[in-house]
Amino acid sequence: MQRRTFLKTATVGAATLAFPSIVRAQGGDTIKIGFPGPTTGPFGALAKDQQQGAIVAVEEINAKGGVLGRKLEVLFRDDELKPAVGAQRTKELIENEKCEFIVGGLAAHVQMAINEQTKAAKKLFISVSQSDEITAKPDLGPLTFHEALNPTITSRAVGGWISQNLGKKWWILYADYAWGKQNTAVLSEGLKKQGGTLLGSTPYPLGNPEFSAHLPRIIDAKPEVLVTMTPGADNIAFLKQAISFGMKKQMKIAQPLHWLPQLKQGGPDLYSDIYAGISFTWQLEDSIPEAKNYVQLYRKKYNEPPGDYGAYAYSAIHEVARGITLAKAVNSDAVASALLANPTYNHYKGKQWWRTCDHKAFQDLWIVKGRERAKMKGDWDFLDVVQKVPASESLDRTCGEKGVA
Amino acid sequence: MFDISAAALAAQLFTGLVLGMIFVLLAIGLSLIFGLMTVVNFAHGSFYMLGAYFGFVLLGLSGSFWVALAFAPLAVGVFGLLVERFLIRPLYGRSPDDPLLLTFGLSLVLVESARVIWGKIGLTLDPPAALAGAVNLGFTWFPTYRLFVIAVTIVVVVALWVFLKRTNVGLVIRAGSRDPLMVAALGVDLRRIWMLVFGIGSALAGLAGILAGPMRGAYAEMGVTMIIESFVVVVVGGMGSLLGAVVAGLLIGEVVSLTTFFAPKLSDIAVFGVMALVLLLRPSGLFGEAGLME
Repeated sequence: MQRRTFLKTATVGAATLAFPSIVRAQGGDTIKIGFPGPTTGPFGALAKDQQQGAIVAVEEINAKGGVLGRKLEVLFRDDELKPAVGAQRTKELIENEKCEFIVGGLAAHVQMAINEQTKAAKKLFISVSQSDEITAKPDLGPLTFHEALNPTITSRAVGGWISQNLGKKWWILYADYAWGKQNTAVLSEGLKKQGGTLLGSTPYPLGNPEFSAHLPRIIDAKPEVLVTMTPGADNIAFLKQAISFGMKKQMKIAQPLHWLPQLKQGGPDLYSDIYAGISFTWQLEDSIPEAKNYVQLYRKKYNEPPGDYGAYAYSAIHEVARGITLAKAVNSDAVASALLANPTYNHYKGKQWWRTCDHKAFQDLWIVKGRERAKMKGDWDFLDVVQKVPASESLDRTCGEKGVA
Repeated sequence: MFDISAAALAAQLFTGLVLGMIFVLLAIGLSLIFGLMTVVNFAHGSFYMLGAYFGFVLLGLSGSFWVALAFAPLAVGVFGLLVERFLIRPLYGRSPDDPLLLTFGLSLVLVESARVIWGKIGLTLDPPAALAGAVNLGFTWFPTYRLFVIAVTIVVVVALWVFLKRTNVGLVIRAGSRDPLMVAALGVDLRRIWMLVFGIGSALAGLAGILAGPMRGAYAEMGVTMIIESFVVVVVGGMGSLLGAVVAGLLIGEVVSLTTFFAPKLSDIAVFGVMALVLLLRPSGLFGEAGLME
């Protein structure tokens, strides 16, 4: 790297940090939506996909004349993946920038902090990443909505499919924090109900890049399926090491979710034959017209296909717009009531609906499998869609179980 | 919990050996630098990270893993020389906290720079085709590349030992760590020796980085946890002791491996437990009192 190139990169980087990106629509009085997200840090790539999904939605809506004759505007802020920063940015978005609506958040614990602020300020918040708590007591507020899947739904759907199709003798390896533990609990319970055997489950510290010490024991136990909760960079390190120990040939490997940034980084050598669930993959454009519309818009703007987290943001922005149109008012209370009164929507992957008692969005998800290199069409064709798991309220806890009935 | 086959246990010990090798390479560098210069180099983890990234860049340019393996540590070593010459040297003679703070700050700068240059998502390095796949050791299939890591580390440690024990420069380094004033009085320019040792230490961290790359991938934060565990290794082995760094590196590798096997929840605490125990019994570490080489 030349000094000049370095300086250039460094300056651009510094400028991006100093001036948070703002999508300004033309004209005067816009409707502002605040969007906190961890653009720096380990989930940066997913946060970027979210922002791009939101931008695509705003531009699409504004191109058709906006909402109630006004243009939408999204204000992005970096929450640094820290609850305190997320709370502060949300407060600023509401108080200084006068945002009437908040969409965003990426990690469960930052979502909670954002949610506290929107609850206090009585603003609509649509959360767009996984969390079980956000739609349960005590976190659910009258204006809290949850667009993404949650660990319970994901693990019940994916776990059920695995035990019926890949085998009933499992080993679980999980990152030792909330998301990993929640998924492990749901998966183990589901496996038990199916009459399967959990040969063992091992926790590892999140962010640990070395898995080799876990592997001999798992190999020795000879499970039919190894289910792992290894998010972010851990996922790559884990798969690399598991494959180097020959485990891909000895057992099926599955995880609750695939993430597009990791698929891109690891490529088919790591991900072929690895099973997972996913809330959206761009290949659905072949079968779903709404998906085709979203993927085309996104590709046109960013020259690459969208991921699943960007799609959540795209859908949530559309929901804000739909709510405003229905309510004929730019007001959080009115929009929330309008959405709950007209709970069914379809922005990018088929029918979804809000469950009125917990404001949870129910939606289809898909079981996917990593594709082999030879079968890939283009750089981004990492996944085979194996099966659709249709949206069902029975996959989540009931509102009674959540304490919000 | 204890229904474990002997084969699995043997495989477990072997994985611990590889973990240990990476610790050994990192700890030797830290220990050499501390032993001679009493500089606690907090940027060591970042040099490890740079080794992996430089390896990635060189692999891209040359298309050969072997070229990357040879030149990435060299590049990190040169970088280390420059850091010593222009950043650390002005601080000699001041409180030992000053270089510590400087290298801590440097590590933050390097991690952020890596994010700016190479992105926030990590990169993957592939081992060369000759080292892909696994070897049957009788009791288990073991990745060929990991055996290679063991071999490289043994060669490097032996070469370093010969260098320190059998060459004139090595003699000066050993003498300098015992009594720098006396060595200076004999007319040796210790500043050049310090620069050289800092460079060697950095190159060893870089070597650990490029060796770890194909196992763990390269990402900006990869040195952050490693530096802490490497400090534990140095403390357990005894500050400044080469033999201590080797023994403690292997010990910590096996401790991590075996606790992961028997009690995975304790795996990241166990190393600190070992450190506490060693410090209670031998406050200067396993080989701490005996000086640099003994």
